[in-house]
Amino acid sequence: MIKISLIPAVVLLTAPVGSAAPGEVQSLFESSAAPNPRSKIDELVFGGLKRLGLQPAKVCSDAVFVRRAYLDVIGTLPTAQEAKEFLLDQDPNKRAGLIDRLLKREEFADYWAMKWSDLLRIKAEFPINLWPNAAQAYHRWIRTSIKQNLPYDHFVREMLTASGSNFRDPQVNFYRAMQNKEPQTIAQTVALTFMGTRADNWPKDRLAGMAVFFSQLGFKATAEWKEEIVFFDPAKTAAPATSGVSPAAAIFPDGIPARLAPDQDPRAVFADWLVHPKNPWFARNLVNRVWCWLLGRGIIHEPDDIRPDNPASNPELLAWLERELMAAHYDLKHIYRLILNSTTYQLSPIPQTDRPEGEANFAHYPLRRLEAEVLVDALGQITGTTEKYTSAIPEPFTFIPEEQRSIALPDGSITSSFLEMFGRPPRDTGLESERNNRPTAAQRLHLLNSSHVQRKIEGSPKLGSLIRSSKDRREIVTGLYLTILSRFPTDEELKIVAAYSQSANVKGRDVLVDLAWALINSAEFLYRH
Amino acid sequence: MSMKQSADDGSLKPYSEKLISRLRGTPISRRQAVRRALLGAAGLLLGDHLSLRALAATPSGKARARSVIQIWMWGGPSHLDTFDPKPEAGNDYSGPLNQPIPTNVDGIRICELMPLLAKQADKYSIIRGMTHGVNSHETASYIVQTARPQGGRDVFPSAGAVVSLFKGYNAGYQGLIPPYIVLTEPQGRFSEAGFLGPRYKPFATGGDPGQNRFAVEGVVAPGITDQRQRDRRELLHKLNTLEHAMKGDAQLAASEQAEKQAYDLILGDGGKVFDLSQERDELRVRYGRNTFGASCLVARRLAERGVPYITINYRGGWDTHKDNFRTMRRRLPEMDKGMAALLEDLADRGLLDSTIVWWSGEFGRTPKVQWEAPWNGGRGHWGKVFSAVVAGGGFKGGQVVGASDVKGEEVKERPVYPCDLIGSIYDLLGIDPDGKLPHPQGLAVRVSPSAADGVSMGGRLKEIM
Repeated sequence: MIKISLIPAVVLLTAPVGSAAPGEVQSLFESSAAPNPRSKIDELVFGGLKRLGLQPAKVCSDAVFVRRAYLDVIGTLPTAQEAKEFLLDQDPNKRAGLIDRLLKREEFADYWAMKWSDLLRIKAEFPINLWPNAAQAYHRWIRTSIKQNLPYDHFVREMLTASGSNFRDPQVNFYRAMQNKEPQTIAQTVALTFMGTRADNWPKDRLAGMAVFFSQLGFKATAEWKEEIVFFDPAKTAAPATSGVSPAAAIFPDGIPARLAPDQDPRAVFADWLVHPKNPWFARNLVNRVWCWLLGRGIIHEPDDIRPDNPASNPELLAWLERELMAAHYDLKHIYRLILNSTTYQLSPIPQTDRPEGEANFAHYPLRRLEAEVLVDALGQITGTTEKYTSAIPEPFTFIPEEQRSIALPDGSITSSFLEMFGRPPRDTGLESERNNRPTAAQRLHLLNSSHVQRKIEGSPKLGSLIRSSKDRREIVTGLYLTILSRFPTDEELKIVAAYSQSANVKGRDVLVDLAWALINSAEFLYRH
Repeated sequence: MSMKQSADDGSLKPYSEKLISRLRGTPISRRQAVRRALLGAAGLLLGDHLSLRALAATPSGKARARSVIQIWMWGGPSHLDTFDPKPEAGNDYSGPLNQPIPTNVDGIRICELMPLLAKQADKYSIIRGMTHGVNSHETASYIVQTARPQGGRDVFPSAGAVVSLFKGYNAGYQGLIPPYIVLTEPQGRFSEAGFLGPRYKPFATGGDPGQNRFAVEGVVAPGITDQRQRDRRELLHKLNTLEHAMKGDAQLAASEQAEKQAYDLILGDGGKVFDLSQERDELRVRYGRNTFGASCLVARRLAERGVPYITINYRGGWDTHKDNFRTMRRRLPEMDKGMAALLEDLADRGLLDSTIVWWSGEFGRTPKVQWEAPWNGGRGHWGKVFSAVVAGGGFKGGQVVGASDVKGEEVKERPVYPCDLIGSIYDLLGIDPDGKLPHPQGLAVRVSPSAADGVSMGGRLKEIM
């Protein structure tokens, strides 16, 4: 492996990815390597493509990969230095090495705690009303679990069987983070979150049978303001009046009746059933979601709408991933590693087929706009500026540190206009579709022309020092490209910038400000690709 | 099935998002995908004319109002210190504000700190029996602005989002200015668009209309000349390398369309509505040259151009737990000035007949003053009874609806629940209460809740409509 620090600066200025002529821009995004299956995932995906007569995309270039891996795995842009080191690294296994390093980063825990906080609805305010201290405690527990790679079955079990204080036993907040605490609502939430299925569509008695497991849950206040104890209350034996079933009629969602002893917390019985290797929902839900998070689309899609009439696009693939998860004792990072190292994940975004089935069968990597939080963090990182977040709850006041990154915000009630405008999920329902990444004209207005973005660029200490760092325009432009797009500019792009600086209207520093502005507004910056 | 056929069947379903989800699984061509994404991306600023036709086809009733200006008094202003004074209840209730003044309508008196509004009382009606019984900000904010009780499985859209659904681009609104605007920051507390999704969120202007130049985020460029705007845009197009490599991608085409709309607003005349220098100085002074006063003036300009829903989110709020009376003395004159000027100006221009002004917070405040430290003459939250004010757009002026009891603690007569008030506003806008809201899971949800939904109701405000 070449030591980067030894490479003379002048070498860095030439773009190793090739100086693309107008017709060749695709080589920026695609590698010359053939898309060969390298893993079981690839055998299954490419086999499916072959049966359908679909041509897979080419393998993505290193420049595309480094940016994609950082964004997908840690929700964070690579720095210019990180991108450059990766691009110049000659190690043929550098992609696998990068994946391993990213899985160990602190931001991995931040980013995936954000994702789980969306699904678990961590929000101090309406309609979840967790209250700030409980939201913080719950988020901290989730982040720590991810950081320590707590096996997924333990993670779920701890929440489902938790008892205690919302401030001191954070897992109990699972039962508080719902609009109401009716046993049926709890059952629906458990089904949605951990079985990936919408119990709203179930036959009534099936939901009622599952609700019984959550009918002996008590909630009580303490002398501490807004503290709430969640506990197993054996005195509560009557099942919900509306359903007309008694606790004896607890039925698992697969139709098998449960036997409950009177002094036994039925939640534990349910948890045993749920995390059992034979359970048809538990592992499937998780691997399907992780696949969807990394590849933009579930093998069953939507990932939280698993039902018999919504079949998997590739059932063998799904089944194989489920077995892998169980064989690895619910080690989540194992699943990430398998997917990220596959050729399937590393395909270019440029499709080789015009047929619409390509997308559902993973024939290319799908473009996706950066999530609100990731986008604003990226803007902060490249400009060296920070954001202000506020919470509407006036008491106790929530103070948010200046350096707070958006992906690490614990509480959905701590927010900003930007996050709202760019489709941060409100955390009302825990549905994956709450997050909306569709571009709107209002978002375009904001990025193109708001004082917010303008101030970030114009007043950026980081871009400012980059611009002052050299007399050589080409070197500065290269720095801007590495910082903003994680790659070297092409010769063609350098020519365009040179021509812009010679135009009569814009002078000096403004040329570079306009360049930074243009790169930030380009599809390459705004979309995962 | 094509988009067009579905739109022509006159149903309420042709929202592109919903349609896409219905069609998911059916193979679609790249061209169709581009087309759909374009429609979807119309987003805040331009409608898709296909769904527009379908909605326009539904009978809209006899609309009397065209726009709503919601003056959102977040934090919950004291009803006793504004529109429901109770000097007879004694010092422990009225505190030092015990000299209510008569208005230009016989028998109606309001707080002495609102002399200008006293002269406009013939234009508005005071609802003194507002109630929902909830004392927490977030839940009360939700109830007052959505007319729905808490605790269901869904988060419902606020009135502004519903109006923007039925009176915005889907209903033929053509302006470049988004149909639901909030001056200047979002209300927060809950997601205003509820399950309708981000497309129906308000456009928050940011900036401060009280400043010399109201820098509306995104619309009014901070010191960038039009020439430079055009130069940069060309540079962006040349350097948009990924877009060049992916010609024909549906998402990027949608994004390009959104960019075009954005530039229509940046470089076109659309943004001029926010330029208060086009108003006479005398008028600006009458509104008050502060954030609230100038917001009222901007709201009038927006209503004049047919923007269907404008919220003025009162900066600073009215959550006067401590030192209530000093805050009221400081803040009420500014509110009095801005709101009185707004009513008068709307009337002068003949706009009041078609513009509803709705003034309310999420609740009132504890009628009995908390004199002790640390409150030092403060008032807590009070959802049992509070006041709201409505004017214009078909609401009569010079009326009082209902009453609170002698101490302002309970509704004495004619309770008015949030759904009564919002339902009345919808009626005046010609929004069918039986109309359906598009629900992401396809559930049937009516625009207005009924008693069967477990909603308390006192009935529409027929007495002032």
